[in-house]
Amino acid sequence: MLKFTDVTKLYHTGDTALKDINIHIKAKEFVSIIGHSGAGKTTLLKLILAEEGPTSGTVTFEDVDIHKLKRSNINKYRRRVGTVFQDFRLLPDKTAYENVAFAMEAAGMDDEAILNDVPHALDLVGLKHKMHSFPDELSGGEKQRVAIARAIVNQPDMIIADEPTGNLDPVNTYEIIQLLKKVNDLGTTILLTTHNVGVIDNLGRRVITIKDGQVALDSHEGKYIL
Amino acid sequence: MIFTKIKRTVKSGAISFWRNGSVSLASVLILTVTLTVITMVLFSGVVLSSTLETIKNKVDIDIYFVKGATEDSILSFANEVKKNPDILDVKYTSRDQAYQNFKERHKDEEATIQALTEIGDNPLPASINVKAKDPNKYDSIVTFLKDKETALGNNNIIDKINYTEKNQQAIGSLNRIINASNKLGILIAIFFAIVSILITFNTIRLAIYIFREEVSVMRLVGASETYIRAPFVTVGILYGLVSAIVTTIILLPITHYAGNWTEKLGTGMNLFDYYRANMLMITAALVVGGTMLGAISSFLAIKKYLKV
Repeated sequence: MLKFTDVTKLYHTGDTALKDINIHIKAKEFVSIIGHSGAGKTTLLKLILAEEGPTSGTVTFEDVDIHKLKRSNINKYRRRVGTVFQDFRLLPDKTAYENVAFAMEAAGMDDEAILNDVPHALDLVGLKHKMHSFPDELSGGEKQRVAIARAIVNQPDMIIADEPTGNLDPVNTYEIIQLLKKVNDLGTTILLTTHNVGVIDNLGRRVITIKDGQVALDSHEGKYIL
Repeated sequence: MIFTKIKRTVKSGAISFWRNGSVSLASVLILTVTLTVITMVLFSGVVLSSTLETIKNKVDIDIYFVKGATEDSILSFANEVKKNPDILDVKYTSRDQAYQNFKERHKDEEATIQALTEIGDNPLPASINVKAKDPNKYDSIVTFLKDKETALGNNNIIDKINYTEKNQQAIGSLNRIINASNKLGILIAIFFAIVSILITFNTIRLAIYIFREEVSVMRLVGASETYIRAPFVTVGILYGLVSAIVTTIILLPITHYAGNWTEKLGTGMNLFDYYRANMLMITAALVVGGTMLGAISSFLAIKKYLKV
């Protein structure tokens, strides 16, 4: 599904962010990416989201080089990839319902589909009762659930979760990971970056360790080892 | 689908305008000041032009005829004068009319009226009043009249041609001053317009800067540039629309106050009357100008944050 082939990313300062990365992620996998701060995890995700391009090598999604897509096709591609961030990145002047609905509106869905699917997505993350709350009226865990609802509402092929539990307490962390597992069980590929040892060890899924911009370890039932 | 998109854009823009009240208030205030300043500068141009027209209209030539001149000969002379293409209008005032006018003008001055009665005979001559199409032509018209007078020879019925070159010179310099003022007014209007547009643009840019994170989130959920931009442009249009309405209302007391003042200064117009008479057109221009300014500023300001 997602393939990194000999990917190297250099910044104009001369720093090497990623070097000779070769990763193949299959559909419906749950893959965790771990590494120290500055190891290159965020750069890896930026390349997947086409926020940045590689210096050399290719990143393909279903055999299409995503960095050769036209601007309009990048928008379409991004609709197939849901994103969840550590800092939630919700639209502050929109309610939980409107935040989730926005992703559907942006994808060009009609009003009827939005009316049906948004409450359903919020129900799936356990927040149907707070659909009319604004982000500043929600707790950290609740905000992250809204972000997950927004990420899944368009039924993407893959979800990228960049440190989604970084700002959450252990209870919320557990619940968010359970939610991501649930989404994965429903058939969506999950790509998770985290620093949380407990999360990785309990998941028992594939773990890719990045060290100094290179893949140091790729284990299919991995533990948190740096 | 296009209808749904328009509906969503307008709704999203209107909600954003309302929910971000303080940002909207600041932008509307700046736009209102911009529109008011530009309108007032344009108004001053109208007042200056009206002043010039009024002063120009006050310049004329009076030709007085000898007492013995018959009405027929005067009217025939007046018809001859009218043929000059530089002349706009010729008005005849008979001796009787002049007498009545004099009495009317001095009706409160008992001594003057008494003196007139004591003379017995009407001492006032018949006259014609000549107005030029262009005040710069008075010199040539005077020459033309003097030539006519000479041509009459022994049948000369003209007593006096009342026109001094000083009038002409004064009008000339006034003309130059007002023309220069008009040019200066246009330059000031352009200057104010540019400064105001820059301030408006920066205010809206600052308002959009607050939403830069949101714009990047919109990009990441796959929203197209048009889809992100449209609500911001809608908000810009709303800023312009509200500002235009506020400006239209603000101009009422301003022009009301300035109206009396312009009338007393002898500009030949009352700014308040002018504003009321042209209110529909001015409001339409303000709405078009305001919404364009708001929309273009938003369109350009958002551009910077779309590169995610």
